[in-house]
Amino acid sequence: MIRKGLFFHIGRYFILMKKVFAKPEKHKIYYQQFLKEIDNLGVNSLGIVAIISAFMGAVITIQTAYNVQNPLLPSYLIGVAARDSILLEFSSTMVALILAGKVGSSIASELGTMRVSEQIDALEIMGVNSASYLILPKILAAMVFNPFLTLVSMVVGISGGWAIGTLTEVITTQEFILGIRYAFIPYYITYGLIKTVVFAFIMTSIASYYGYYVEGGSLEVGRSSTRAVVYSSVVILMFNLILTKLLLS
Amino acid sequence: MIEVKNVTKSFAGRVVLDDISINFEQGKTNLIIGHSGSGKTVLLKCIVGLLEIDKGEILFNSTDFTRMNFKDKKEVRKQIGMLFQGGALFDSSTVEENVRFPLDMFTDMLPHEKRQRVNFCLKCVKLEKVSKLFPSEISGGMKKRVAIARAIALNPKYLLCDEPNSGLDPMTSLVIDSLIKEITEEFNITTIVNTHDMNSVMEIGDKVIFIYKGQKMWEGTKDGIFTADNQHLNDFIFASPMSKKIRSLAKGGGI
Ligand SMILES: Nc1ncnc2c1ncn2[C@@H]1O[C@H](COP(=O)(O)OP(=O)(O)OP(=O)(O)O)[C@@H](O)[C@H]1O
Ligand SMILES: [Mg+2]
Repeated sequence: MIRKGLFFHIGRYFILMKKVFAKPEKHKIYYQQFLKEIDNLGVNSLGIVAIISAFMGAVITIQTAYNVQNPLLPSYLIGVAARDSILLEFSSTMVALILAGKVGSSIASELGTMRVSEQIDALEIMGVNSASYLILPKILAAMVFNPFLTLVSMVVGISGGWAIGTLTEVITTQEFILGIRYAFIPYYITYGLIKTVVFAFIMTSIASYYGYYVEGGSLEVGRSSTRAVVYSSVVILMFNLILTKLLLS
Repeated sequence: MIEVKNVTKSFAGRVVLDDISINFEQGKTNLIIGHSGSGKTVLLKCIVGLLEIDKGEILFNSTDFTRMNFKDKKEVRKQIGMLFQGGALFDSSTVEENVRFPLDMFTDMLPHEKRQRVNFCLKCVKLEKVSKLFPSEISGGMKKRVAIARAIALNPKYLLCDEPNSGLDPMTSLVIDSLIKEITEEFNITTIVNTHDMNSVMEIGDKVIFIYKGQKMWEGTKDGIFTADNQHLNDFIFASPMSKKIRSLAKGGGI
């Protein structure tokens, strides 16, 4: 890709999004694509999300336990701290960053390959709105399915914390459960889910942007999928800050 | 009919198409011939609007395609079948799904009607047997033929083929050529074929346009091509040792 300014990319990104959200030509086909993407981007990510969540939940618990080794602090606080960091930050933002790597690079390289092998041109020639046909199902699939991944991550993360906490005997099951229920604010879950939906949009749309506008050959496809991951991660972190300020203050 | 009028196209200051005007006639196979790199592919892409032209007009049945709004453009495009030089098949779909795609997208045909149409198109290119395979599982020439089947699935009014024969053996080339000619005449299509294969020129060249370094050098019929007095054209068609030999024999009255 020729080096172009930031504003060029932002402008072209919004023009692309306008094309993506044009009225679909044939709902049935879009729906089929949507189901395919749910499977491709969502269901296929369940495993990695579960594994990472279990380990992170465990690590968070051990670290918190290490930090509250003070006879004056009740040990159920370990459960409280683990719960809050998982619900507030880990299951939405961390999982989003990991998915930005997995989903983002797969979207960018898929679209990039279609671009350089003229498959996108072929769609355009037929009169198909290629941007909408290829990108809209991906964005929607992630926005619909990622909240589910986040919920899974919350449950698995907390379970991982409990498992390691009781195994290493830093906390008993009763204390952990007490901690998890102590001063529980359900809004934290809503907050995590709202962030997830926004992040899902960011990662899929930015990755699509970089894939869709690949110029050149397969070398460029690789470069653009790296760019897709880097930029969507940065934007996710920026929006994490903005959303936290908006939703939690 | 497709008319190209005074079209100029350049990439970063390098002129690739230089003030080209051509009438592509309906019901005929119009051949664009020229050396590799002379601008044939760029011309096709300009015609269908994949590349923006710098100057000039492109008329589809007398309406200017370049100035149409998005919706009208889309309507025209539904009538275009295009075969890309590299095939451009959808990797993630089988051969059958590739050919069915335009039907799924733009028609309300019933499943069995679609199946019939797909089978018919695949039969035209002699590929009924591979319908369940993916593009990565078939040969380069087969991909080309699938791409042709996909291009004709919707009975296009305009058929544009970028080197339909490259990478095919002479027998299959002949089959493809005669297929293109047949459907062109039967359905009164405006067909444009890019090629540098002289056999195709002899086989289907109702109208032949020779492009040299982005300029139109010569235009005529396949019969006029041997008596043309354009030096570049002669160099192009008599490039092979065999044709040189034949030509000298012909000149000496040996044939
Ligand atoms: N996207 C592009 N950017 C810059 N230059 C291009 C681009 N596409 C084509 N060109 C240039 O335009 C010229 C004509 O290319 P084109 O692909 O039309 O050749 P061709 O006649 O189709 O050749 P071939 O028979 O090998 O397919 C070439 O010199 C090429 O470098
Ligand atoms: Mg070419």
